[in-house]
Amino acid sequence: MNKAEILIIDDEPQIRKMLEITLQTNGYLSKSAVSAKEGLIMAANHPPELILLDLGLPDENGHLVLQKLRQWYTNPVIILSVQKNEEDIIKALDNGANDYLSKPFRTGELLARIRSALRDSISEEGDTTLNFQDLQIDLSARAVKKNNQLIKLTSTEYNLLSILIKNEGKVLTHQYLLRAIWGPGFINQSQYLRVFIAQVRKKIETDPNRPEYLLTESGVGYRFISKA
Amino acid sequence: MKDFFLKRHSRNKQYLFSIAIIVLVSSICFGLSGLVGYRVVALILLFTVSLLAITFDILPVLLAAALSAFIWNFFFIPPRFTIHVYTTEDTILLIMYFVIAMINAVLTYKIRQVEKISRLKEERANSVKLYNTILNSLSHELRTPIAAIIGATDNLQANNHLTKENREQLIEEISKASLRLNQQVENLLNISRLESGHIKPKNDWCDIIELVYDVVKRVEENNPGRKIHISINQDLPLCSLDKGMLDQVIYNLLNNAAIHTESSSRIDISVTCPVDILNIIIEDTGKGFTDIKIKDVFDKFSRSKNLKASTSGLGLSIVKGFTEAMSGNVELEKTNSHGSRFIISVPVKTSFIKVADI
Repeated sequence: MNKAEILIIDDEPQIRKMLEITLQTNGYLSKSAVSAKEGLIMAANHPPELILLDLGLPDENGHLVLQKLRQWYTNPVIILSVQKNEEDIIKALDNGANDYLSKPFRTGELLARIRSALRDSISEEGDTTLNFQDLQIDLSARAVKKNNQLIKLTSTEYNLLSILIKNEGKVLTHQYLLRAIWGPGFINQSQYLRVFIAQVRKKIETDPNRPEYLLTESGVGYRFISKA
Repeated sequence: MKDFFLKRHSRNKQYLFSIAIIVLVSSICFGLSGLVGYRVVALILLFTVSLLAITFDILPVLLAAALSAFIWNFFFIPPRFTIHVYTTEDTILLIMYFVIAMINAVLTYKIRQVEKISRLKEERANSVKLYNTILNSLSHELRTPIAAIIGATDNLQANNHLTKENREQLIEEISKASLRLNQQVENLLNISRLESGHIKPKNDWCDIIELVYDVVKRVEENNPGRKIHISINQDLPLCSLDKGMLDQVIYNLLNNAAIHTESSSRIDISVTCPVDILNIIIEDTGKGFTDIKIKDVFDKFSRSKNLKASTSGLGLSIVKGFTEAMSGNVELEKTNSHGSRFIISVPVKTSFIKVADI
């Protein structure tokens, strides 16, 4: 199997070094760029399977770099940012970033995000039954089973769960979910989303207060993860 | 009346008030002129000028002194309604009046100047003291983990006699020290956000149950072996508030309780939301705050001397700052078992949407 190649665009030598070692010792090939300019050239010359992009580059705003990349680059981009600035993160996700990590982060977390970003997105064709330990979802029959017991979900609950499952591992912003499920008129009605997330958790989680599938990304959105 | 004298007025207002008060007092005396002699009036006016000198600036007081001397001469010294003075005695009195009023004004002004300078000096001394406390506390809190990291890495690099176990311990130390550094930086950033004054809560609908369980999970992860007991009614409404701030408030209080109490003591968090007030109670069965006064607990850099672990003394002032930024209130009381109970109440908008509504 070919090793996936990952391009690191970060101006901090210490972070680059750490990322390179982490990636190389975990079965990836890595290349590094120290500036936005260099990064864009390297990505264009030889498109990598995934890009780790630091938002705080000295020569160009990271959001602009992301926009330029997204004009032609379709593989996953994971954003690294120094601050837990929710607005920044949401903006990056809206601009086409697949995921984000705020520094400092644990390497285990980084590797998990890379793995899930590199996994092919689940298509609606082909095998339509997805298995996650004690949870099964049949996309063609719109049926969800927990411990082999059929769970009754309302149509909104099912839509919410299925959109999160189809984007497994990826964080979906509040606005994205509200627009996708209720329509553009509802993007400021975040209370609906919270009520439905709580409802879905009550049905699919073993302990709804300690969710294992449907995780909250505080201030940003939600993500569905398959239990390891 | 007292407030009126104590308030600082602008220069123009001070002139107006000086004139108004002198005219008012003179009119009263004029009305009473059948009862009191004109020499008593001089004393009353002199007294009024002295009162003005206590709060007003020097120029308005000098104006009041000159005006009152003129009024006394014109309306009270016989012959009245002239500026003539008949007797030598009255001439001396008038001159004396004017001089005493002026001296009065100047002296009071000087005393106030001296007082102001000494107050400034004291303030400066206090801020130097606070600055030193900050420096000491910070340099200790930041240097300790840095020292641990440097020491451990030096050992790992240069010492060939380390056993595998030694290595693991050193790596564990580096990891702990860096988490502690990160926590301190987080605290410092929060404090500087609070100090800068432009901290405004960003309200959004929040599932409090989810938030509390999430914070508890993090505190339990960072303090292995500690268990936090949660009591929340599952019917709690959604609340509109700044999630990040509330998260930090609860985290700091729970983490403090986990760090500074014996592992045998119990930590509880309970949440209720009766009519648009969110109440959060965090209590432990530890030893409580024994050597600092309850009202000083939330002050920056105040910390108990007999703590189990060292801290920066910033955590609780962040709790207070964030709670107040959300227009809320935080109180500390002693529990029956000598532990501590923190009571937070924050006014919130609530929403009881039911699924059927949508």
